[in-house]
Amino acid sequence: MRDRQLRARDMLRGDLEGEELERYVEEKVVTTNFEKLLNWGRANSCFPLTFGLACCAIEAPIAIVGSPRYDLARFGAEALRASPRQADLIILSGRVSIKMAPVVRRLYDQMLEPKWAISMGACSSSGGMFSNYAVVQGADKFMPIDLHIPGCPPRPEAVLYGFTKLQRKIMGNPDQGWRQRYNAAGTEEWARGGPRSEPSPEAAEAYEAARELIRA
Amino acid sequence: MPDAPGLELIRGEIEQDHPGAVLDTSFDRDQPTLVVDPAQILAVLTWLRDAPGQGYRFLSSLHAADYLPASPRFAVHYELLNRDRVERLRVKAMLADPGEDALPQIDSCVELFPTAEFQEREVYDFFGIVFKGHPDMTRILMPEDYVGWPQRRDFPIGGEPVTFTYNERNYG
Repeated sequence: MRDRQLRARDMLRGDLEGEELERYVEEKVVTTNFEKLLNWGRANSCFPLTFGLACCAIEAPIAIVGSPRYDLARFGAEALRASPRQADLIILSGRVSIKMAPVVRRLYDQMLEPKWAISMGACSSSGGMFSNYAVVQGADKFMPIDLHIPGCPPRPEAVLYGFTKLQRKIMGNPDQGWRQRYNAAGTEEWARGGPRSEPSPEAAEAYEAARELIRA
Repeated sequence: MPDAPGLELIRGEIEQDHPGAVLDTSFDRDQPTLVVDPAQILAVLTWLRDAPGQGYRFLSSLHAADYLPASPRFAVHYELLNRDRVERLRVKAMLADPGEDALPQIDSCVELFPTAEFQEREVYDFFGIVFKGHPDMTRILMPEDYVGWPQRRDFPIGGEPVTFTYNERNYG
């Protein structure tokens, strides 16, 4: 550590030369492309929506996972946004009743791209124990879900694990093809480019068709 | 709580003012219950609230039940509380099922107990019991355009059958 500090001081003074300077630069500089950098930033500065549906909200970022013991801030997602316009992650924490479903869908629609949705717990993933007249049997019936976390409720560790999975998804290929699966092609507000997130041919075609419709 | 003789005393006093109002009494597990003619429910509730020596001024809960094979089928329960003596009294009004197209009706007690407003809406929402004279008889919990009365016993429970591998293997 001390050695490195001394080397940094030498560099600033202009005392490093030749092979030593080469090694210093190799250690200190990382090359990447802009797309990767952007996705890295997105993954590590998620803004979850301040939003709870039912009992899973007790475990969700608002209370437990965001508290010092589990500390979602380690993953950069401790800043909860109270407006869907500012949030890019919605965590469905609890059962979605059929009366609430249009509200949730509207919140999701109000969030700006890129946006992600986590279905937390058994109830929002499949209806859970509420197999009855009042509860939607799985939130992915009315909105796209990026990640399902099982459990009733999920342990905070499970939520953190799910969140790191989501981060990997954001940093890898953020568009996992859900628009094709949910017949939602063309709902993008802008297209992602870059070598890692090349859309599939049919997605690109659907996107172009949607753009044509908008222009017409 | 009024004990069993106390309940009979209350019944007798109501009978003096409103003959035929109390159809039955029951005293089960320390819970006194008056079964009341639904046509005179307001008279009985008013009497229990205002008559000297009674003072059941607090409606702690209003709810309904569906005893489907039985007849009359529906019951509206009024859980009354005397807060001076901490005595509870249940008043029950049995309502017959008027058939497929009509809804059972009973007088609203919002005028007596303002807290009953939301609870009567909830009963209407789940059992389809109409409270006559209620200021806003609409659904409260289910969506406004919902069809059916979901807490009735002949209402399908809904949901989806889940094909677990265990069930598939053993019963499929």
